[in-house]
Amino acid sequence: MKSSKSLFVVAAFVLLALFPLMAGQYGVDLVTKIMVFAIFALSLELLVGSTGLVCFGQAAFFGIGAYATVLLTPQDGAPSLLWLLPACVLLAALYALVVGALSLRTKGVYFIMVTLAFAQMAYYVVHDTPLGGGTDGIYLTVKPVLGTLLDLDKPQAFYGFTLACLVGVFGFLTLLLRSRFGRALAGIRVNEQRMRATGFSTYPYKLAAFVISGGIAGLAGFLFAVKDGFVNPELISWHLSGEVLIMIILGGLGHLRGALIGAFAFALLQEFFKSEAIFGEFAKHWHLGLGLSIIACVALLPRGLVGVPGQLAARLSGRLTGARGAASQEVPHD
Amino acid sequence: MTNASDVLLSGSEITRRWGGLVALNKVSLELQRGTVHAVIGTNGAGKSTLINILSGEIPPSSGQVELLGQDVTNWSQPRRARAGLGRSYQRNTIYPSFTVLENCRLAAQATVQKPWAWWSDAQQCTASMAQARASATRAGLDDLLDREAGLLSHGQKRQLEIAMCLATQPQVLLLDEPLAGMGAEETERMLTLLAELKSSHAILLVEHDMDAVFRIADCITVMVNGTVIACGTPDLVRNSPEVRVAYLGEH
Repeated sequence: MKSSKSLFVVAAFVLLALFPLMAGQYGVDLVTKIMVFAIFALSLELLVGSTGLVCFGQAAFFGIGAYATVLLTPQDGAPSLLWLLPACVLLAALYALVVGALSLRTKGVYFIMVTLAFAQMAYYVVHDTPLGGGTDGIYLTVKPVLGTLLDLDKPQAFYGFTLACLVGVFGFLTLLLRSRFGRALAGIRVNEQRMRATGFSTYPYKLAAFVISGGIAGLAGFLFAVKDGFVNPELISWHLSGEVLIMIILGGLGHLRGALIGAFAFALLQEFFKSEAIFGEFAKHWHLGLGLSIIACVALLPRGLVGVPGQLAARLSGRLTGARGAASQEVPHD
Repeated sequence: MTNASDVLLSGSEITRRWGGLVALNKVSLELQRGTVHAVIGTNGAGKSTLINILSGEIPPSSGQVELLGQDVTNWSQPRRARAGLGRSYQRNTIYPSFTVLENCRLAAQATVQKPWAWWSDAQQCTASMAQARASATRAGLDDLLDREAGLLSHGQKRQLEIAMCLATQPQVLLLDEPLAGMGAEETERMLTLLAELKSSHAILLVEHDMDAVFRIADCITVMVNGTVIACGTPDLVRNSPEVRVAYLGEH
């Protein structure tokens, strides 16, 4: 079972690497965008699925990474990727440190509300001050370069770079979650009281997870800004925080590949319902179709899309009742 | 018998108020290495509150807690735990979705946390793995290491509570009703284990099973409504008129 999971991930990454060879400009652009959201979703999965912290302000870190990219880019000449990328990640992580330090003093629904409030604060800062250029947003005039080695203005090169970032983040989180730190996060998710009684000061652990998550979201924001060459306050809005939450729930909480699958499923569903070729006039009501299909997914697939093979296997061997029982239990991390 | 250096944990004049209610009223007690100190009392007498204060889960309204000769009243619960204070819970407080071994290993990890080593696999952590196996063996869970903890029987979960407690290598054990809901055979096994652990630990035992308490305890504190009404050897307590009236139900 374990090897089939890693086989799935490796196969997915190989397919993604081969994809530009067979796809057109539109396809490459779409998949680049989805991979950026997959990195974003992975950052939230670390908090929600692995640590049990439901953060509803993840877009703040994404948006700060994106805005930092634009604001730090000098007027004259392309900046080097080598300093711009770490700077954006650090700024997002720094904001996560502040938000985390304060919001982690609360629990449950209050935590959700406080993280939302901090994200809205960031939203209004870019929306209503000269710094962020208001509702219109700001254009990114020159894209960062890595010497002559890598020109991110070329779609193929940017695709490759984004894929490398996605693989890097996925690999990093995989190692992180099986390390002592990751196991402690899992313990906090399952039973924080016991963790404290055993001798773990849980607050620093949660704060570290929060900062790492913010940094990864900042990386996604950086990629998004460079890809579109444009940022606006929508990148920090609570809609985006909600969307990324839906992605990881759709994919299946408690699994890194769930975030990956969720990001793809969400974006493809969106594309599908937006398609005028299929829905004609109705395509402009795509929110309705997307919403209904998400409700259907959550109702029918309580463990998310990652749970589908297991559910099918259970149905085939006629143990559907067993699967329902197992679905209500907590899903272990792998 | 009383040797000051062997007092591992002591609480003095611990008081806890919840609004107008006094849950604990100037309770003092000492736990010595090599002894089992039982605390008995009716429901609501303040036994669990006492354990919660000694372990640092909640702060006392007034009073002092000393662990291994240091004043730990203002220490957080995790810090006390790392200093050698282990506790178990009245209601099973395990990690139900982890295996038995991982429950113990994670507890043992508290002594070798190394959170920065993000590249190294926790399952390869030899120090915590060895402690985990040793404590699981000690609690009699050898055959169940790979079982998901949530699937254990009630008695096995109580054993796991103890194993997790031991995995942190504590010197003081605060056990909140370890025998609750156990069958006769499981009770016997647990009492044997406690008798073994006694030699190297100081044990505080909160328990409702009077037969077990009088068999194993070296010293018994009797509480009623947050106040200590008697404290001494089992014989002394058994023959105390106040205890008979207040608790054992004889007039």
